[in-house]
Amino acid sequence: MATAAPTAPAAAGDDAPAPVDNPRPRWRGGETRAALLFVAPAMVGFLAFFAWPTLRGLYLSFTDYDLLTSADFSGLDNYRRLLEDEVFWNSLWVTLKYVAINISVQTFAALLLAVLIHRLTRSVVLRGIILLPYLISNVVVALLWYWMADYNLGVINEMLGWVGFDPVAFFGDESWAIPTIAMVNVWRHLGYTALLIFAGLQMINRDVYEAAAVDGAGEVRVFFRITLPLLRPVMALVMVLTVIGSWQIFDTVAVTTQGGPVDATRVVQYYIYDQAFNRFDFGYASAISVVLFLILAGVALAQLKLLRADESDQS
Amino acid sequence: MRTTTPRRSAPRHSVPRRLVAVAGCLSLGALLSGCGSALGDDRNTVDYWLWDANQQPAYQECADRFEEDNPDLEIRIEQRGYDDYWNGLALGFVAESAPDVFTNHLSKYPEYVTRDLLLPLDEYVERDDVPLDIYEEGLADLWVGEDGRRYGLPKDWDAVGVFYDRAMLAEAGVDESTLDELTWNPDDGGSYEELIARLTVDVNGVRGDEPGFDPDRVETYGLWLEMTDGFNHGQTQYSMYAYANGWEATDRNPWGREFHFDDPAFQETITWWRGLIEKGYMPSFAAQRGVQSSDQLAAGNAAMVTNGSWMTGTFFSYEGLDVGVAPNPIGPTGQRATMFNGLADSVYRDTDNPEAAWQWVRYLASPECQRIVGAHHVVFPAITEAWEIAREEFAADGIDVTPFTRHVEEGTTELFPITDHSSEIAALMQPALEAVMSGRAPVESLNEVNEEINRLFE
Repeated sequence: MATAAPTAPAAAGDDAPAPVDNPRPRWRGGETRAALLFVAPAMVGFLAFFAWPTLRGLYLSFTDYDLLTSADFSGLDNYRRLLEDEVFWNSLWVTLKYVAINISVQTFAALLLAVLIHRLTRSVVLRGIILLPYLISNVVVALLWYWMADYNLGVINEMLGWVGFDPVAFFGDESWAIPTIAMVNVWRHLGYTALLIFAGLQMINRDVYEAAAVDGAGEVRVFFRITLPLLRPVMALVMVLTVIGSWQIFDTVAVTTQGGPVDATRVVQYYIYDQAFNRFDFGYASAISVVLFLILAGVALAQLKLLRADESDQS
Repeated sequence: MRTTTPRRSAPRHSVPRRLVAVAGCLSLGALLSGCGSALGDDRNTVDYWLWDANQQPAYQECADRFEEDNPDLEIRIEQRGYDDYWNGLALGFVAESAPDVFTNHLSKYPEYVTRDLLLPLDEYVERDDVPLDIYEEGLADLWVGEDGRRYGLPKDWDAVGVFYDRAMLAEAGVDESTLDELTWNPDDGGSYEELIARLTVDVNGVRGDEPGFDPDRVETYGLWLEMTDGFNHGQTQYSMYAYANGWEATDRNPWGREFHFDDPAFQETITWWRGLIEKGYMPSFAAQRGVQSSDQLAAGNAAMVTNGSWMTGTFFSYEGLDVGVAPNPIGPTGQRATMFNGLADSVYRDTDNPEAAWQWVRYLASPECQRIVGAHHVVFPAITEAWEIAREEFAADGIDVTPFTRHVEEGTTELFPITDHSSEIAALMQPALEAVMSGRAPVESLNEVNEEINRLFE
C-alpha cells in the first residue's frame, strides 16, 4: 500500500514521454508476488498461532466451556459475571500496581544506565555483562530471589540483620509481595531495556553534541535539552514494549507466591491461568483474556499517540 | 542527517517481530511438552504417569517384573512434578493423548468422572475375580464414584504425624516417651500446647513457658506453620486437631454435598491454631512462606513440624539432624485423629489398549507389586501385608513409623473429603484461610465462604 505512493507523482508529470509499453507495472507485479512469497512463512505462523487462537478465544469467551466437553454458547454470561467478580477487579488493581512499580523503576534505572554506558565506555564486554540477567531463565531468576529473600533462611534478611533491621517477609507479607516481585523483574530486564535505549542513543547525531559543547552546555543541560527529546521515539517504543510485557507478568508469580498471600499477588494473567487450568473454566478465562487484550491494545495506542512515536524531532 | 530517518525505522519493526517469534516458540514449546509424551500410538505400549520421583524406582521394578511376565507389553513410566503433573494430564485429555494409566488423587478424580474421562473398571474386576478385601479397610471404596462405578484400584495410603528434632527435646528436658500421651483441646491447648511453649526459644534463650519470653523475637518456634502448598483440607495443618475435636468436614463422606466450615468445632480449632502465632509459638503467616517445613526443622527454626507419612524419607535424610516421629495429640473426643488419604491407579477412557492398561493396573494393585513398593519403603502400600513390609524396612533403618500405622490399627482415621467441585472449593478456601491466618479477617469470615461453597452443590 505504501509502495504505491512514490509512483504517483512520476506518472503525473506532464512532460514525461508516455512510453508505448511501460515495463514497470509488470515488474511491480513480480515484486508483489516475491514480497508475498517472503511474507508467507511469517503470515502462516501469524494466522495459525495468533489470529486463529485470538478469534477462537473471542468465541470461547461467549461460551461455557470446560476444555473437556464441548462448548455451550452462553451469550454475555461470562462478561456479566466479570463485572461482579471482586477477585477479577482486585487482580486488575494488583497488576496495575505491579506495572507502575516495575515500569517506573525499570525505565528510570535503564535510562540512567544507558546514558552512563553511552558517555563513559565503549567496552563491549561491559555491555554484555549488563545483559547477563536477561539471559537467565525467568523461573531460575524467580527461584533464586525467592530463596535469597526467604524470611528465615535467606541471605538478604541475614544481611539486614547485620545492620540491625528486623527480617522482612518479602514474599509473605501482603504489602511487600508485589513490590518484591516487581523489583525481581526490574533486576532481570534492566540490562535489556538499557541496551534498547543505548541503541537509541547511538542514533542521535554526534554533531548535535558537538554543537552543544561549542555553545558551552553542561552535561545535565545536554541530557534534558538534547538527549531526552531526541530519544523520544525510541523511548516510546521501549515503553510500549516493556509496559505490555509488564502487564503480562505471570511466571514470577507462578513460581513464588501463586497469587498469595491472600490475593495480594493474584495478577490478571495468573487469575486467567487459575480459571482455565485449575478450575477448567475456559469460557470465563477467555472472557478475562479478551478484556485484558482490549486494555493492552488501548494502553499501547494511547502511549503511541501521547509520545508521538512515529515522528522524530531529529531532521 | 536526513539519511538517519529510514535507517531508524528498521529496529522499530525488527524488535517486536523477534519478540513475537520468541513468544511463539515458547507457547509452541509448552504445547508440545504438554502432549509430547504419548506421541507413539503403539498398541503394545502402556504409558504410565506418577508424580513422586522418590517412588519411581519401586514402580520401575514392578514394570520390569510385569514385562517379564508379559513379553508383548512395554511399560513406559513418566514422572512429573505435582503441579505440572495435573496440567500435563489436563492437556493430554484435551489432545486425547493422556497416559493410558496414571496415579490418581482423591481431590481430582471426581471432576474427571463428571467429565467422563476415566474408564470404569467394574467389568474387568468382575471378569478377573480381583479380590477387593486385601486392601486396608475403606481404601477400595474410595474409588467408587457417585454413580456406583469403580474408577481405580488402591495403591497406597498415608497418615499425618509430628516430626521433631530430638536434640531440641533433650535440651528442653522433655522425655520422648511422654509424646505418646499428649492431649489437646481448643481452649488452652492441653499438654500439647505446653510442649510447644516449652520448645519455643526466643533470641535471649528464654523459653515460651518462662517469664520474660519475647514473642516478637523468636529464634526457634515450638511448632512450624506451613501453608505454601495450596488448600488440601488442612491435611497436614489443622485436620488432626479439628477431627479430634469432633468435627466432620462434610455431611457424609465420600460424596458429601454440604461443608461444615461454619461448625464451632472447626472454628474454635482454627482460633486456637491462629492463637499460637500471637503467642509466638508458631511463625506468622508472612514468616512461614519460603522453603519447606523439613528444611526449617533442619535449619533449627522449628522444633516440631506436622507433616505426612510420605515425607518420612525426606525428614530423615538431613545430615546432622536427629529426627523423631510422634503421634498426633489426643483431642476432646478422647481419641487422636489423622486424615487418611489413599492414591489409586486409574485408566484413561480413550486409551488405545484398554486390556493392556487394565492388566498393568491389576498388577500395580497386586500383592506382588505392592510388596516391591513396600520393600522400597517410601510410602505405605494399600495391601496390609505390603505396608507391614514397609514398616519393617523403616524399622531396619532405625525409623519407628508406628505413629502413622497405629492410626490404621486403632481405627482413628478420617477419610480425605471426597466431593465434586474440589478445585473451586480450593480456590475459595485458600485465600479465605490465608486471610484468617494472617490476622486480616476474623475466623467467622469462613461462614460466608462456607455458604458460597455449599451453593456450588445446589
